[in-house]
Amino acid sequence: MGREPASGSRRRLDGTRESDVRLRSLVAAAAVSALGISLVACGGSDSGGSDGGSGGGDQTLTYWASNQGTSLDNDKEVLTPVLQKFTQETGIKVNLEVIGWNDLQTRIQTAITSGQSPDVVNIGNTWAASLQATEAFLPFDGDAMSAIGGKDKFVPTALATGGKEGTDPTSVPLYGLAYGLYYNKAMFAAAGLQPPKTWEEMVTAAQKLTIPAKKQWGMALAAGSYTENVHFAFINGAQNGADWFDAQGKPTFTSDGNVQGVLRYLDLMQKDKVANPSNAQYDNGTKSVNDFATKKVAMVINQNNADSSIVANGMKVGEYGVVPFPSPSGGKQVASHVAGINLSIFKNTKNKDAALKFVKYMTDAPTQTTLGKPFASLPVLKDAKPVFTTDAAEAAIFQEVYNKMSKPLPLVPAEDQFESTVGKAMNAMFAKIATGGTVSAEDVKTALKTAEDQVAASS
Amino acid sequence: MRDTGGFKVYRAVVLTVLGLFVLVPLYVMVTSSLKPLSDVQGAFTWWPSNLTLDPFVDMWKTVPLARYFVNSTIVSVVATVFSVAIAILAAFAVSRFRFRGRTVFTTTVLSTQMFPGVLFLLPLFLIFVNINNSLGLQLVGTRLGLIITYLTFSLPFSIWMLAGYFDSIPRELDEAALVDGCGPMGALARVVLPAARPGVIAVAIYSFMTAWGEVLFASVMTTEANRTLSVGLRQYSTQTNVYWNQIMAAALVVSIPVVIGFLLAQRHFVAGMTAGAVK
Amino acid sequence: MTRATTQRRPGLSRRLPYLLLAPAVLLELLIHIVPMLVGIWMSFVKLTKFFIANWSAAPWAGFGNYRLAVDVDNAVGAGLLKSFGVTIAFSLITLAISWGLGMAAAVALQPPFRGRSVVRTLFLVPYALPAYAGILTWNFMLQRDTGAVNHVLVDNLGLTSDRPFWLIGGNALASLITVAVWKLWPFAFLTLMAGLQSIPRDIYEAASVDGAGSIRQWRNITLPSLRPVNLVLVLVLFLWTFSDFNTPYVLFGTGQPPAGDLITFHIYNASFLTWNFGSGAAMSVLLLIFLMIVTGAYLLITGRRSRRA
Repeated sequence: MGREPASGSRRRLDGTRESDVRLRSLVAAAAVSALGISLVACGGSDSGGSDGGSGGGDQTLTYWASNQGTSLDNDKEVLTPVLQKFTQETGIKVNLEVIGWNDLQTRIQTAITSGQSPDVVNIGNTWAASLQATEAFLPFDGDAMSAIGGKDKFVPTALATGGKEGTDPTSVPLYGLAYGLYYNKAMFAAAGLQPPKTWEEMVTAAQKLTIPAKKQWGMALAAGSYTENVHFAFINGAQNGADWFDAQGKPTFTSDGNVQGVLRYLDLMQKDKVANPSNAQYDNGTKSVNDFATKKVAMVINQNNADSSIVANGMKVGEYGVVPFPSPSGGKQVASHVAGINLSIFKNTKNKDAALKFVKYMTDAPTQTTLGKPFASLPVLKDAKPVFTTDAAEAAIFQEVYNKMSKPLPLVPAEDQFESTVGKAMNAMFAKIATGGTVSAEDVKTALKTAEDQVAASS
Repeated sequence: MRDTGGFKVYRAVVLTVLGLFVLVPLYVMVTSSLKPLSDVQGAFTWWPSNLTLDPFVDMWKTVPLARYFVNSTIVSVVATVFSVAIAILAAFAVSRFRFRGRTVFTTTVLSTQMFPGVLFLLPLFLIFVNINNSLGLQLVGTRLGLIITYLTFSLPFSIWMLAGYFDSIPRELDEAALVDGCGPMGALARVVLPAARPGVIAVAIYSFMTAWGEVLFASVMTTEANRTLSVGLRQYSTQTNVYWNQIMAAALVVSIPVVIGFLLAQRHFVAGMTAGAVK
Repeated sequence: MTRATTQRRPGLSRRLPYLLLAPAVLLELLIHIVPMLVGIWMSFVKLTKFFIANWSAAPWAGFGNYRLAVDVDNAVGAGLLKSFGVTIAFSLITLAISWGLGMAAAVALQPPFRGRSVVRTLFLVPYALPAYAGILTWNFMLQRDTGAVNHVLVDNLGLTSDRPFWLIGGNALASLITVAVWKLWPFAFLTLMAGLQSIPRDIYEAASVDGAGSIRQWRNITLPSLRPVNLVLVLVLFLWTFSDFNTPYVLFGTGQPPAGDLITFHIYNASFLTWNFGSGAAMSVLLLIFLMIVTGAYLLITGRRSRRA
């Protein structure tokens, strides 16, 4: 009987078993590698959250910037010298992270939830009222406002986006943006057309410039982007004098002005047929701007930061012009919502004074001028001149639109839900049109009612 | 089974249909990665208008792909190593011992497979934050947090498979080792594990693939510094252009290690699944 | 021959299984169990943007979130129900096709032939690819104007002159199913192939001697022998498909079409994108309960007819 013992369990001369030794060395190896690996694994961590810095005087701010340039790296390149200058002037260091748009809102949410937040953050200004409702941001009351230079330095419409009306804003404007109607000068000249001053003129011009034989369309729409769609729902509704929320903050999506406004915009693809049905797939403004820049379409409505894409894709300054987005005859002269980026300070910051100094620095004239060109923004300061383009006429138009013809999106906590529900409803309606269906005023009203119910139910 | 003419026809049809179904997207991925940008922005062509390796070069610059690669590799490898180790221990316990709570354990562990990710995403985030606040151990925005999360994700399936696999290894082998004076752990190391090699390889592959491909938690739990490939690839649709050729090139490069590893070891994967799953 | 009994150190061996389980248990608690319990708590609370910074102050909602989720007369409940329907259709169809293709391929590749291992390797690639790589490729292929699919359908085959949309509108569900099947069927193929290998040849030979045709053999021999494999495979395929988040998330991005509104993304939308975490948590709990019921019923029905091996 007696099976030959498995090799590892023979007793060695010193009394230990090979198997035990091997097992022990296995365990030891595992432990060592675990230690080593966990050291590696711990690397690459980000110490989010604001530390007061080690020992007297040396403060560090954590700043989350949004993507305003051509890429996240580009933003970093642009901002770094600006931040270094700040450090030189104040001795406060700034820890910069640039966050892309598809992540920014989630990161802000998780920052609010966890309490692990940066000191200062860029926000899309349409989020301001919603974020204000979380009470996680520092209100700019009298003291804070004077610390950053006083509210009079800002363009009033821009400042109005900072929070709910009648309350201390929790964000201040940083970069301004506004919509304009870009048109291809050569195509217009060839067809003997003048840049449109009313909606009707715009449609007529677009129809003349829709030439299937040349695969040319009158307009390109970002019809699959819910953010773009809801902006136009708002603007068109505003041109009809309609509001989306009443004074008590209750949604009024189904008012006639809104329904007609939305339908008018949808009809560009449906009835007027000046936009390629494929546009229903364009889930961001870049794609429609690309069509314009590559001369496939004659007009595009976009925010003024389209210039960098247009030029990057081959069109030269001077080949295109801009006019305000036109209203229908007799409608209100609203050409844009007040678009742009605001700057907020987290309430739980440990470096309140430093953060206020930083906000002042970023919203002061020199910084604004420096950043205006690479970020293609409009000035949020009164009496400042736009520098994002060398075309003086274009600059003047956009400034006029931003200062005088723009209306802020609803300043209510449910604003973000308004954007997602109405925007997505419009995506679906454009998809229906593109795939051959029809959308009537009744259909629009029903869709807006559903959106309204969704907002009401989740408030 | 049958080598009749009828079967041959059947096989030919199946091979052709499935072959095309599998191959065409792969073909599109490979050829698109060799196309200049104008090709992928215009009408689709079967062959590049001019073959270029530029996408493979440019893709590293448009997006910090190298960093994402390193992050994904570290996270996946470490998660796999620990997941397999822990699963082996647990599966051994489940397979070889009868103890109170055994059924509770197996049922609970299996049922965690059903948890929708969205349900515990935010709470997990909050727990990590609390651990940070109370123990000072940073888990959010670190690779460690992802590693712990991923290794737990692959545990249920791994334990279940390994337990099944261990079950198929006759107890006589254990007994023999115990007779020779090994403790149960020795039996595990010396006898059971070597015999279960295919199963171990199968769960290792599964764990790695789970970690490498996870999207939802990575998108919430990482910051730019430790972002993984699954989230990083989305950044190719930048402000000015959607660089499809670079996206395809990146997708190709990102897939090659996983696919090659999987294919080399698929024999073991099959064997592991046969014994473990077919129970 | 008596088997020698080993000397067991009683204390250690009784504690040993628990020690072995400890790491797994701890991790499961930390990552799955406790968060899930917190998630369940969240479903009973009005956790919206107003309280997210201070979630211990969130007001109790009782079953409010649940009532909202199942009330089909309001927009939220109706949306959830519709999404549920879409997901069921999606899961069943994907499951059926994946299983069918897997079975067809497993049977076809059962007898060896030259190049079989190459073909088998090729068939596994879609499953081996990281999910986002494959789905991104399909996204690219399904573009209306620049995609390969329309190029084949319209330009090469001339099947239709109207370029269809695949990523928006009614076709979105078909696209979703196609992509999901593409990724999933190799797994069914792998599992069934492994299962087929354990069926002894002689049974088939005896049957063909008796005059049974291929299809008869498949029905009377293959299927019953594969029963244990299929039981698990079908359940796993269903659970995986039903909870699929990656496919709609990567395929549709921000432009999720209603026709392809899968429930996992719907819930993600209802929590993360609208800040209503209480409502999202309630929906997730309902989803979990549904999956548990399905699993339980499935195991009950199938367990009644089979005996444990």
